[in-house]
Amino acid sequence: MSEATQPRRPIESGVMDPFPYMHPLLKKNYGQWKWHDRLRPGVLHHVAHGGDEVWTVRAGTQRQMDLHTIRKLCDIADQCAEGHIRFTTRSNAEFMVSSEAQVAPLVEKLQDEGFPVGGTGASVSMISHTQGWLHCDIPGTDASGVVKSLMDELHKEFIQEKMPNRVRITTSCCQINCGGQGDIAINVQYTKPPKINHDLVGNVCERPAVIARCPVAAIRPAMVNGKPSLEVDEKKCVCCGACYPPCPPMQINGPESTKLAVWVGGKHSNARSKPTFHKLVVAGLPNNPPRWPEVTEVVTTILYAYKKNARHWERMGEWIERIGWPRFFELTGLPFTKHHIDDWRGARKTLNTSTHVYF
Amino acid sequence: MWKEPRRISSVARGNDMSKKPHDTPLLDQLKEGPWPSFVEGLKRLSSDEDKPYAGMMKDLLGQLEHSYENRMGYWKGGTVSVYGYGGGVIPRFSEVPDKFPESSEFHTLRIIPPAGLHYSTDLLRKMCDIWERHGSGLIALHGQSGDIMLQGCTSENVQKAFDELNEIGFDLGGAGPALRTSMNCVGHARCEQSCYDEVRTHRTIINGFLDEMHRPALPYKFKFKFSGCPNDCVNAIHRADFAVIGTWRDDIQVDQQEVQNYVAKVGRKYMIDVVITHCPTRALSLNDDDTLEIDNKSCVRCMHCINVMTKALSPGKDRGAMVLIGGKRSLKVGDFLGSVIVPFMKLETDEDFEKLKDFCETVIDFFAENALEHERIGETIDRIGLANFLEGIGVEVDPNMVNHPRTSSYARMDDWDQEVEKWRARKAEAASASEAAE
Repeated sequence: MSEATQPRRPIESGVMDPFPYMHPLLKKNYGQWKWHDRLRPGVLHHVAHGGDEVWTVRAGTQRQMDLHTIRKLCDIADQCAEGHIRFTTRSNAEFMVSSEAQVAPLVEKLQDEGFPVGGTGASVSMISHTQGWLHCDIPGTDASGVVKSLMDELHKEFIQEKMPNRVRITTSCCQINCGGQGDIAINVQYTKPPKINHDLVGNVCERPAVIARCPVAAIRPAMVNGKPSLEVDEKKCVCCGACYPPCPPMQINGPESTKLAVWVGGKHSNARSKPTFHKLVVAGLPNNPPRWPEVTEVVTTILYAYKKNARHWERMGEWIERIGWPRFFELTGLPFTKHHIDDWRGARKTLNTSTHVYF
Repeated sequence: MWKEPRRISSVARGNDMSKKPHDTPLLDQLKEGPWPSFVEGLKRLSSDEDKPYAGMMKDLLGQLEHSYENRMGYWKGGTVSVYGYGGGVIPRFSEVPDKFPESSEFHTLRIIPPAGLHYSTDLLRKMCDIWERHGSGLIALHGQSGDIMLQGCTSENVQKAFDELNEIGFDLGGAGPALRTSMNCVGHARCEQSCYDEVRTHRTIINGFLDEMHRPALPYKFKFKFSGCPNDCVNAIHRADFAVIGTWRDDIQVDQQEVQNYVAKVGRKYMIDVVITHCPTRALSLNDDDTLEIDNKSCVRCMHCINVMTKALSPGKDRGAMVLIGGKRSLKVGDFLGSVIVPFMKLETDEDFEKLKDFCETVIDFFAENALEHERIGETIDRIGLANFLEGIGVEVDPNMVNHPRTSSYARMDDWDQEVEKWRARKAEAASASEAAE
């Protein structure tokens, strides 16, 4: 191989050192912070042991950003902040400044440029989302579109702190649930077993691996039209879609059969109660682009029942834990069905094995 | 429906700079509303006629509109990587390349951001300039595992884009059955509740095992996450195979004057309803003079009272971290939260960090050798039992690892006396060690 065609070897540098890029006050007071408070929704104020103070303005973004949006955020940081931006895990941009006087012009500039300021404290922060039709190979729905539609509706709850406690909403476009747990989670729920293209399975799929992937052992090898393929015992199949990623000819999605479900009460934090998983509330919602109005209606119904009835600092799941599920379904006007009763491993632990009931 | 892969030659892609945009009536409805619109961003890129990506983004919008019309996805995977690495690029080939040829190859580069997601505008602008030359102009900040996701690159340009990014300090993240890109909370950089140096820990661990990230050879994915306190802002217990979460061993620090100020501000009823009675282990009591009494031996370090009274209360001084292992979502046996494996360790000296790194290596090795294909470590633990896992990684049992002891009598316990002896020996050793320290 000649010198010219020798490929470049990667510099295996791993996780970048953040200190060269960190706001100087954050770098100077690293590990030395004393307390904080919030001036207004979207503005944090931190005080260090040595007396240094830093103000942070938090603004929502669309996460899937074009170059122009990122450069605009950079322009704002250069003009109105001090040239540094950090991001939260929920794709909010944070701008740090070293004097309180810089806060108001920065807030105004962000709002003028279309970036909502908020997402702190007892607000509805940006929805954590996945890739969807824009870029995923197995999505049942879009992610960015669902989030945009919901955040348009919840924008007012992002820019104020009027919820009982913080509300973390997530979306996922398949049942793998890359969006994770949330106070409210909007996830795809498949309703039909995979449709198999038997002409392709033999060439495209590693059949034993696909069989091993099924959580209910519903897939078995089969010869179909003289070709090696796979078949699904549709009575056993729970329509989870686990076979679809390793075997794309087992199409799990359909324009009508792919539905959306809403789950509530997931919590990451250890504050007060231990972390919890979200629980099913509504399934069978249509996958209805471009704005998924049926989803928005269910989400806002749940959200405003929580806002009206929960006590200060109670998270969604903690509120329901206190008032009980019968009252939750009553307050939200949502139906309770046999599908709400778990039948997966460990399901018995989800049953009420006491005389504690609510009327 | 899935179709055979079809490659579009670069000649067929054409160079018609004034390619007509597809009509996107459904997506156009997402331009309205108060929240920033990703569709507007995509449209801006598609109309950058002087940029190499304009045609690609026109077809990308066309394919996305096609998904919105038919309510189906149209991407499939494949194999694309950069020289020297086996993972980190997410290949996407269109299933409808005849309709949307210019976005028929639309791969993602997963790029590791600076730990804690701190950027200078200069660094962001350099990244944008590279992506303007070689990619689509579309960037997600950030993916669920914490990567910068540079979305939309032809097979031909993947290496060029990576080389330039790599030259300014970025490296490729994880994908497939490998160590994945990690995340830490803002922590020490801007949070008084942080109990250990998250940046140092994150970089020590991940950069110590880059081979497992760049050359995927594990049974399945393996994720670390680093949260500075039990508020767990990066969702480590749910989402990480290996969660490092800050905590402390001594008493909560109290500024009683600030407690009194707080009570004077919010009122006694609010203080009792919102702080005292929300304590999960009833460790708080409000004194008659509006100071706070804390039964620190009953405190489980949940953070609630500290979150509410940020000026009056803070974590203790004897800070460190705990490790919980086994968090994951549904596939395939169900959802798991991570469970306690190391209840406390100091993370201050070089030796402390070396000890954590060695422990990580032991756990990763155990996973590599004992997990079944496509099995997360939580599932391995579930399959073999926690006691066997602990024996495998050389960790002694601790009552902090369980909610309560077993309720089932179906277990063989004829080595009970030997196990009791082990416990007593450990207790005696710990007692003499603490005596020696004093």
